Amino acid sequence: MAQAETPVAPSAPAPLAPVRVYRHRLPTRIWHWVNAVTLLILLMSGLMIFNAHPRLYWGEYGANNDPAWLVIGSTPDTGYLRIGSLRLETTGVLGRWTNAEGVEKTRAFPGWATIPTSYNLADGRRWHLFFAWVLSIGLALFMLWTAFGGHLKKDLHVRRAQWSPRHIWHDIKQHARLRFPKGEAAARYNILQKLSYIGVIFVLLPLMVATGLTMSPGINAGAPWLLDVFGGRQSARSIHFIVAWALVVFFFVHIAMVLLAGPVNEIRSMVSGWFRLPPERKDGA
Amino acid sequence: MSEFVMPRRQLIARAGGLAATLPLLSACDAINDAPAVRKILSMGEEMNRASHRALIDRDALAREFTRADLSLIFRANGTRLPAGAAYAAHAAGGFADWRVAVTGLVARPLSLSLADIRSMPQRTQITRHDCVEGWSAIGQWTGVQLSRILTAAGVKDSARYIVFRCADRIGDALYYESCDMVDARHPQTIMAWALNDAVVPIANGAPLRLRIERQLGYKHAKYVTGIEAVASLDGIGAGKGGYWEDRIDYEWYAGI
Repeated sequence: MAQAETPVAPSAPAPLAPVRVYRHRLPTRIWHWVNAVTLLILLMSGLMIFNAHPRLYWGEYGANNDPAWLVIGSTPDTGYLRIGSLRLETTGVLGRWTNAEGVEKTRAFPGWATIPTSYNLADGRRWHLFFAWVLSIGLALFMLWTAFGGHLKKDLHVRRAQWSPRHIWHDIKQHARLRFPKGEAAARYNILQKLSYIGVIFVLLPLMVATGLTMSPGINAGAPWLLDVFGGRQSARSIHFIVAWALVVFFFVHIAMVLLAGPVNEIRSMVSGWFRLPPERKDGA
Repeated sequence: MSEFVMPRRQLIARAGGLAATLPLLSACDAINDAPAVRKILSMGEEMNRASHRALIDRDALAREFTRADLSLIFRANGTRLPAGAAYAAHAAGGFADWRVAVTGLVARPLSLSLADIRSMPQRTQITRHDCVEGWSAIGQWTGVQLSRILTAAGVKDSARYIVFRCADRIGDALYYESCDMVDARHPQTIMAWALNDAVVPIANGAPLRLRIERQLGYKHAKYVTGIEAVASLDGIGAGKGGYWEDRIDYEWYAGI
């Protein structure tokens, strides 16, 4: 194994039992698991709603005769995704696919990715608009708790030293080499974790709620400024779609990190709150 | 050079693989169809309606645009041409004999011609039409405020909903819609006879359609033949307040 780049602090003899730290308080754990379910349902029912009109526009209006920047469509024998002038053949997955009964369909997203599995806009909306409440109420409470309950100050606050480009670059390199913090350092979030959690809690999820509300003609009457913030209803719909996929990307990176960092310990800590510190590396020892 | 098109055989093979996921998918759909689940999910609609009514001023206006913002083509959806000889005859005659019956819980039932409607004070508004499917179109609508018709008919205090009867039949039944008195009396709720300075095209609901600007497109009843004030939606259609509400469980409150 390569030499450690930074000298390892002389450590006490390894204790017999692993050191346990109380890492996640109850609100974090509840919110985490409620969101895991809620966001999956919102994504899958959202894809059903998208299937009703698989075209995205910029501006206030947009319908079939208007130029779309993203289209999922089909030809007589293929399915395709078009983004701007880039056109990808997606037969079998997007635009033209075969359902569980073996019947060929020409909806945008396939049945295994939507709620419900076969086209039903009304039911997709029922799921989406109920769980939108679950997300919004949970997010509002969690943002308040994070900001005023000490979570932000204690866990997510980025220390001055962490902002240095050298520190961030070092952390990126460590992640790329899959060298995760051990010992005491593992008890705290690193800079990349802090930035991604702050980004999800205070940027991406609020953007989902706000762009969702901007698509409501009722809310538009009460808060027309939302239309100006996002550049119109169809722009809000496009941003809603893009940010949803940004959350999907976060999800996959999140899962990859959990698997690489030790899935049992990580998942257990999000259930019980207690995290076992991985023992210090024995580099150079 | 061969195009990247999946051969049919491969598609079928993939379908076979998917069949293995069939139990999982049908379990998901069983949850979707469970009455208890549907009841819980429907709470979302009630929360939307109640919060909109509580937080949004009852007369708050939908945004009005300028002529520069108009859609080049205003998309038509749903019925584009009502079937039947009666409607065809009306269309051939320029809808000169079209009547809108104002009935139900009113002191003075009315039968309005288009000339009657055009002789009342008019409102013109350039608004955005949002289909439940996700698309939007901006158009300029001219018509009479529904509140003026309701006042002319002397709508009673016991009326809680306004039902809109339509001339287009989809499958087994005539289209209909309904709204509460807040939206019925909203300043932008009009019975429109003109779109973009011309009479409303048949595909968009000639000769008269509802504009109910704070709700989605399926609430905007087309080909309106009747305006009925009622105390309850029970006994009208399947009792859910609209054609699609009755059949596929679209939300009655479509403000979101």
